[in-house]
Amino acid sequence: METLESILMEHPFFAGMKPEHLALVAGCAANVRFNAGEFIIREGGVANEFYLVRHGKVAIEIHVPQSGPVTIQTLGPGEILGWSWLITPYKWRFDGRAQELTRAVVLDGKCLREKLEKDHDLGYEFLKRFAQIVTERLESTRLQLLNVYEQH
Amino acid sequence: MFTNNTEVMAAALGPGPMVPAVFRVQRTKKETSDTFTMELLPEEGPQEFAFAPGQFNMLYAFGVGEVPISISGDPARRSVVVHTTRDVGPVTSALRRLKPGEGLGIRGPYGTGWPAAEARGADVVIAAGGIGLAPLRPVLYQILAARQHYGKVVLLYGTRTPADILFRRELEQWRSRFDLEVCVTVDRAVGSWAGMVGVVTKLIPRAPFDPHSTIAMICGPEVMMRFTVQELEGRGVATENIYVSLERNMKCAVSFCGHCQFGPAFVCKDGPVFRYDRIQPLMAVREV
Amino acid sequence: MVNRVVRKNVRRRPGGVAQTAAFAVCGRFGLVRNPAARRLIMSDSDPPGEERFVFECDQLDLLLAALKKHGYRVVGPTVREGAIVYDELRSAADLPVGWSDEQEGGRYRLLKRSDRAHFGYAVGPHSWKQFLHPPVRRLWQASRTQDRLEIVPEKDDPPKTAFLGVRACELHAIQIQDKVFLRGGYSDPSYKARRENAFIVAVNCGHAAGTCFCVSMQCGPKVGAGFDLALTEVVEETRHYFVVQAGSEAGRQILGEIPHREADVSERTAAERIVSRTAEQMGRAMDTTEIKSLLYSNYEHPRWESVAARCLTCGNCTMVCPTCFCTTVEDVTDLSGKHAERWQKWDSCFTTSFSYIHGGSVRPSGYARYRQWMTHKLAAWIDQFGTSGCVGCGRCITWCPVGIDITEEVQAIRSAAPLPARENEENHGNA
Repeated sequence: METLESILMEHPFFAGMKPEHLALVAGCAANVRFNAGEFIIREGGVANEFYLVRHGKVAIEIHVPQSGPVTIQTLGPGEILGWSWLITPYKWRFDGRAQELTRAVVLDGKCLREKLEKDHDLGYEFLKRFAQIVTERLESTRLQLLNVYEQH
Repeated sequence: MFTNNTEVMAAALGPGPMVPAVFRVQRTKKETSDTFTMELLPEEGPQEFAFAPGQFNMLYAFGVGEVPISISGDPARRSVVVHTTRDVGPVTSALRRLKPGEGLGIRGPYGTGWPAAEARGADVVIAAGGIGLAPLRPVLYQILAARQHYGKVVLLYGTRTPADILFRRELEQWRSRFDLEVCVTVDRAVGSWAGMVGVVTKLIPRAPFDPHSTIAMICGPEVMMRFTVQELEGRGVATENIYVSLERNMKCAVSFCGHCQFGPAFVCKDGPVFRYDRIQPLMAVREV
Repeated sequence: MVNRVVRKNVRRRPGGVAQTAAFAVCGRFGLVRNPAARRLIMSDSDPPGEERFVFECDQLDLLLAALKKHGYRVVGPTVREGAIVYDELRSAADLPVGWSDEQEGGRYRLLKRSDRAHFGYAVGPHSWKQFLHPPVRRLWQASRTQDRLEIVPEKDDPPKTAFLGVRACELHAIQIQDKVFLRGGYSDPSYKARRENAFIVAVNCGHAAGTCFCVSMQCGPKVGAGFDLALTEVVEETRHYFVVQAGSEAGRQILGEIPHREADVSERTAAERIVSRTAEQMGRAMDTTEIKSLLYSNYEHPRWESVAARCLTCGNCTMVCPTCFCTTVEDVTDLSGKHAERWQKWDSCFTTSFSYIHGGSVRPSGYARYRQWMTHKLAAWIDQFGTSGCVGCGRCITWCPVGIDITEEVQAIRSAAPLPARENEENHGNA
C-alpha cells in the first residue's frame, strides 16, 4: 500500500529532502480529492494549508466583474497549489478550482508553520522550494505580461 | 558557416530571382479572428512545388507589396502551395481579401528548413508560440509520415487565448494519436476553456522526452524562443540540438537587399532556421 | 567578367577590319592571334602582362574615340557643382583637367593644380556602383485584367559602358560587389548584364587625399587586376604622357587601335615612382589586425553610444560607399488600379524602417544602426563574402556631415576594448 510518506517522497516538490524531515512533514499530510468544478481555495479565505497535486488539473482564477472568472494559470500533476500559508497574513489571494477530478495531498500549514519555526533546517528546505516556485510563477507572469503573441 | 542551401536555391519559382510567378487562390480559410490559410495553384496549370519544411515564399499582393510568409502545408502534397499568416499589415490584409480565382505573385521557396533528417532516431520536441505553429506544421507532417524513424514526438503549443489557437481541429486529431504528445496552453483564459493556462516554456520541464537524445525545433516570438531554449538547456538538451526560426525584414529573399542581416547571417539565405549554438551569442545582443 | 566581355567582342568582330588595322599600326604589341594563347589570357587567373606602353596625353581623345567606335558609352570624372563626379564624357576636355581635391572628415574642396593633370585628384562622392547597381531600377511591371494577373520582367539591355578613371580602391569595390551579386548563391541578372558590358580603364593614383587609407586595406593605390587597361598619368615639365598596361584581350584590342609604343625604362620608373609616392601620402590608416573578432567581441562597447551621439543617421556614408549594396523596393500602381510596377532603390541601414518587422524596428537606436553598418562592413562581410567590405577610399569620412571617421572608430574600440572574452570570440568565429 502507498503510504503518505512514499507519496511525498515521489512528488517532485520533496525531491532530495532528508527522510527525517519527510517523516515530520508526513505527520501533517492527508489525501484529498476534488470533483470537477469544486473550489479548493477561495480568495480572501484563511490560508492554512497547501496542496501537492497528484492527478487532475487545478485552475487559479480571479473573478473580474463583467468578464467573469479569468484563469491565470493551471496546475497539473507534480505541481503545488498555494503558498499563502507560509506568508503573513495567511490569506488566499486567488481562487483555486478543480477543473477535472483532482487528487492531491493536503498539508496542514498551521501544523507545518510550528514545525518550521522550531526546526530552521527544515524551514530553510521549505523556503528554498517555495522560492523556486514563486520565481517560476513570477517569470511566467512577466512573460504573460509581455503579451508576446500580440506582436508576432 | 551556415547550412549550404544551393540545391534549394536552384529550384526557386519565378523567371528571375526578383520576378514572381503568378498563382491563383484556390481557397482561403479563416483560422482565427486575424489568421487565415490560403491554398494556391499555379496560373500555368498543374506544377510540382517542392519545398523543405521551414522554408518561406515571398507573396506579392497586386500593387500593394510583397512579404515573406512561411509555408504551412504538407510537403508531400506538391500540387498546392499553402500559407498561413496573420493579417497585420497592408500586404497580408490584401492577400486575405483575395477571392478564389484571383491572382497573386510567388517567389520561392527560400531559406533553410527544419532538421527532420538529423532528428531521425531521436526524440523530437516541437515548441510553437502563436502563429509560429504555421512554419512548424510541415515538419510535423513530415515526421508523422515517417513516424517509425523517430523516438518520442512532443508538440508544445502556446498562444494568447483559446480563441487564438491555430489549426484547432488538427490539434485535436493529433492529440488523439497514441504516438504523439500534444500540449496546448494559453496565456490567459476566460469562459469555458478547460485546457491548460500558463506560458509554453513551463511545459518543458514535464514534457516526456530524453534530453540527451532530442532535437528541438522552436518557432515563435523571439522572447518565447529564448525562454524555451533556457528551459530546454535546463533539462539538459545541448544547444547544438536546438533549432529556432528567426524573423527579420526582407525585401528580396535572395541576399541582395541586406535587410535581413543578423550578424554574419542573412536570415533569408542562412536562415530562417538556425542551429541555436551558432547564433546564441547574437541572441543576447540588443538591437543586433 | 572581363573575360566574358572579351569573348563577346571577339565573337562580334571575328578577324574584322579593326583588328587587322590594329595589327598594321603596331603589330608588335597587338592582338594575340593564336587561339590557344587567347584562351590562356581569358582564364580567370591570368595576371596582367608585364609589358608597359606609352601614349602622349594629347592622344587621350583617341582612346575615347576607339572605345566609342566599339560601341561603348564612355563615363568618367568631370567637374560639376564643385565636385568631381562621374558622368558621360564627350571628350577628354570633359575630364577635371588641372583640378585636385582636398579632403578631410566632413570636408571636400576642389583645388586648382599648378599643372594640367587629368586625374590629379583622389575620389569624389560618386562611385561606379551607380552604373553597375543603379540607384533606381524598375524590376518588373504587372497588369491585372478581369481574370488574369500578368507579371512582365523588365527587359534589361544595359548599354556597353567604358569606365574611365577607375581607381585601385574602386576596382576592389567592384570585385567585392561581384561577390555580393554574382557569387552569393544567387546571381543578379541585371548586375551581371551591366558588368559584362563594362570596359574598365583604371588609373593609378598620383594623389592621395587626407581621408585615403587604401594602403592599410591592401586595396591600392596601385591597380592590381581586373581591368582592361590601366593608366598611370605622368606630368613632367615638358611632357605629359600615360604609361599603359593591358589587362585583358579587349584592352589589348583597344590599345592596338591607338598610336602607342613600348615604354622605356625611365618611363616605367617614373610611373612606378608616382604610385609609390602616393602610397606614402595616405592621410589615414586602419589597423585591421583581428578586426573580425575585435568587432564581434565588442557588440557591447561604450564607444557605440558616443559615436551615436554625433551620428545623424543620415545614411550619407552608405550612399557614397562603393561597396554598400542594400536596396529596398517600392510598389506603385496607376490610377486605374490595373497596372502596377515594382522598383528597386538604394536603401540605407541607417533608417529605422530598414529593419522594421511587424511590431517595430529591430534597430530603433542610432548606436545599433552605426554598429550594424560598421560591424557589417569590417567584420560580417568577411564571413559573408570572404573579404572586407571596406576598400579604404575614405568617402564615408569625407561625406559624413559631422566627420565621423571609421578608422578612428576602429581605433577607439581597439584601444578601449575590454579584455577579450575568449569563449565569446570562439563562438562568433564559428557563427
